[in-house]
Amino acid sequence: MAHEHTADGHHDHDHHGPAHGWRRWVYATNHKDIGTMYLIFACVMFFVGGLMALVIRAELFQPGLQLVDPQFFNSMTTMHALVMIFGAVMPAWTGLANWMIPMQVGAPDMALPRLNNFSFWILPFAFTLLLATLFVPGGAPAGGWTLYPPLSLQAGDGFPMAIFAIHLMGASSILGSINVVVTIMNMRAPGVGLLNMPLFCWSWLITAYLLIATMPVLAGAVTMLLTDHFFATSFFSASGGGDPVMFQHIFWFFGHPEVYILILPAFGIISEIVPTFSRKPLFGYDAMVYATAAIAFLSFIVWAHHMFTVGMPLAGQLFFTLSTMLISIPTGVKVFNWTATMWKGSLTFEPPMLFALAFLFLFTIGGFSGLMLAIVPADFQYHDTYFVVAHFHYVLVPGAVFAIMAGVYYWLPKWTGKMYDMKLANWHFWLSTIFVNVLFFPQHFLGLAGMPRRIPDYSTQFTDWNMVSSVGAFGFGLSQLLFPYLIWKCVKSGAKSESRSWEGAHGLEWELTSPPPYHSWTDPPSREIVARGVQH
Amino acid sequence: MSFHMKNATARRALGVAAIPLLALFASVAHADWGGLNMHEGVTILSKKIYGLHMTIFYWCIFLAVVVFGVMIYSIVKFRKSQGAQADKTLVHSTKVEIVWTVIPIMILVAMAVPTAKTLIEIEDMGRVDLNIKVTGYQWKWEYEYLGEKVSFFSTLKRDSDAARQLGSGVDPESVPNYLLDVDNALVIPAGTKIRLLLTAQDVIHAWWVPAFGMKKDAIPGFVNEIWVQVDADKVGTYRGQCAELCGRDHGFMPIVVEVKSPAEFDAWLRAKQAEQKLAGSPSPTAPVEPATIASAAPAAVAK
Repeated sequence: MAHEHTADGHHDHDHHGPAHGWRRWVYATNHKDIGTMYLIFACVMFFVGGLMALVIRAELFQPGLQLVDPQFFNSMTTMHALVMIFGAVMPAWTGLANWMIPMQVGAPDMALPRLNNFSFWILPFAFTLLLATLFVPGGAPAGGWTLYPPLSLQAGDGFPMAIFAIHLMGASSILGSINVVVTIMNMRAPGVGLLNMPLFCWSWLITAYLLIATMPVLAGAVTMLLTDHFFATSFFSASGGGDPVMFQHIFWFFGHPEVYILILPAFGIISEIVPTFSRKPLFGYDAMVYATAAIAFLSFIVWAHHMFTVGMPLAGQLFFTLSTMLISIPTGVKVFNWTATMWKGSLTFEPPMLFALAFLFLFTIGGFSGLMLAIVPADFQYHDTYFVVAHFHYVLVPGAVFAIMAGVYYWLPKWTGKMYDMKLANWHFWLSTIFVNVLFFPQHFLGLAGMPRRIPDYSTQFTDWNMVSSVGAFGFGLSQLLFPYLIWKCVKSGAKSESRSWEGAHGLEWELTSPPPYHSWTDPPSREIVARGVQH
Repeated sequence: MSFHMKNATARRALGVAAIPLLALFASVAHADWGGLNMHEGVTILSKKIYGLHMTIFYWCIFLAVVVFGVMIYSIVKFRKSQGAQADKTLVHSTKVEIVWTVIPIMILVAMAVPTAKTLIEIEDMGRVDLNIKVTGYQWKWEYEYLGEKVSFFSTLKRDSDAARQLGSGVDPESVPNYLLDVDNALVIPAGTKIRLLLTAQDVIHAWWVPAFGMKKDAIPGFVNEIWVQVDADKVGTYRGQCAELCGRDHGFMPIVVEVKSPAEFDAWLRAKQAEQKLAGSPSPTAPVEPATIASAAPAAVAK
């Protein structure tokens, strides 16, 4: 580690700050600048994807087709998922990793700064390409984000563009992940050990391995789609000797770990926030690390539970139902540990903690419906209905998205050196939490009553709960406008925040000034600082 | 320095937090189950599946009460504003950790046994009295009574199809069984074990009648099977939909099954046989309507 200033090739080091103007961002190699760009990108995509969701919910407000053609509706469901998964949640995690990992492990920056720049700047091109499919003949992909052939092959000119965009997103994720792994493995300050570093680092380390393992699988699957479409191969066409179900196996071998890619960093953030506002160290740190690793391992052997209805052999169905049920064990351990962390604590309810608590309750509801979905015979009813839609939105919206917001509310004073408007943040929390339930809870009922997912119009018996859900969607969507406004207001005119923005905050990031110096730890933290900052 | 909320704010906040959650649980617990829950269905399997659904649901309610109970208790009891002091030594307990690992495992085993039993029963295709081949097309179903020389297509009924057009101006409420009615329903006898052989011509579809308890994908090049035995006293009409995204009109290929008594079914089948013989009905697989398929699947035709 270069802690002698002249050793890293920067001669103006003591006064080294960001370049000015556009160069600072286009040529960025600083982990904070890149982290900021990732987060802004994620926020923009969150609103783009949210707008698509509102098109869906507006059309579903009442039976009959009022607003959009069914084909465009299918494009909206497809693009909403791709944009939210690859454009909003994943870049938000990478942005948080960029900001926090160097500060948390006592490093000056990410290990591979130019790679970092590259992995970010791929994304705007990838999403320009993906969103441009909306304007080409044949329209945007409309076969669902899962891209099941043969349907996904019935596509217009947007098809190769979407495939290439997915390739680019995969490349970006892999590069970002390599950076995370190398940083955590090689740049921890003396005293920051693997078994006492913050759980956010742990969960991201495991997430990075999942990404490196599964993104190439997705790339392979979509490349086979591409050659089936343009080069007369028959990987997935039964008439040419191929197998459409094989695509689903390959896709979900990527897709299930992907689910945990979206949620593991959330576990990490919740494990940071709950102890801080309970003023008590995390309960069962080791168990948390092992549980995360166990979830990651199991994520590779449960993929076929997404496709119980394709007609698998009995033994296959039994295996995947049992392995899926097993996942609830380490996940349960995590929920119990967070609860035990609050037990006999000294709790306060600032916005990060509020979002973390909503996560605990609502993610757990998503976990329960997940447990129900694991029961294969029952899944024969639930599969491809709104019950599934409710399930994965509970784990992704009040799960992953709320955890991202909790993280931003937790570290925003650190990043900016300024405290945000608490009252506004509380409003944002309460509106989000109430509307997210109005939006998604009725979808459980719709699914159980028999409403399939991905339909633009429905039988009149489903009208009432669809109306409620759509009202919730608009309430939730509009409430989110508070979030960027609040951040902008904080940056512009927030009150000054101290280096330890929260009374109970522990971790190396809180040992730095707020805002932290441009190169976080130019000198590794001393043993005393590390001892104060690390977990027990 | 912390920015914790004032006592009153926190209490009010907690109160507000509790309302939507309580309301949700109350609505689950007390509301009209007919509109909120899965229906029990009318077949042997659908009742077992419903039973499993309710068992796992009650386990989830039990776990929710325990877990959320402890969480809510902590949130109420261990508040700094109430003078709670953090017990910083409480960071690990092997005993507790074993307990909360072993108990869920026991619950899972308790669930796995009936799940496996039901699954084995679902997969038991023996002793069937009638085989019907079901083929999915974009966007209709075809039913072929194997060995009976009866086959026909089943598409969305015209009044629904007219009403569902963008800007049709027709109120869906005015159309009987909007989107859930077809021109030719599948007709089956009650009290008889029937095997459905599912496949598709173009893309993947899924055949689903909720009252029959399950759905299965209809995949081009593959034949999947499910069996259905409607209770002898459950004669009537049952409706469902395609459950796997299959393109533009995925939402508009409903399934209607008329369950008749065995005697009425036999009469219907004989009449249908006579009718199709008279019409010189071609073999069911021939009229695939090449134009539709060609325009829908350019890639397939290119090969």
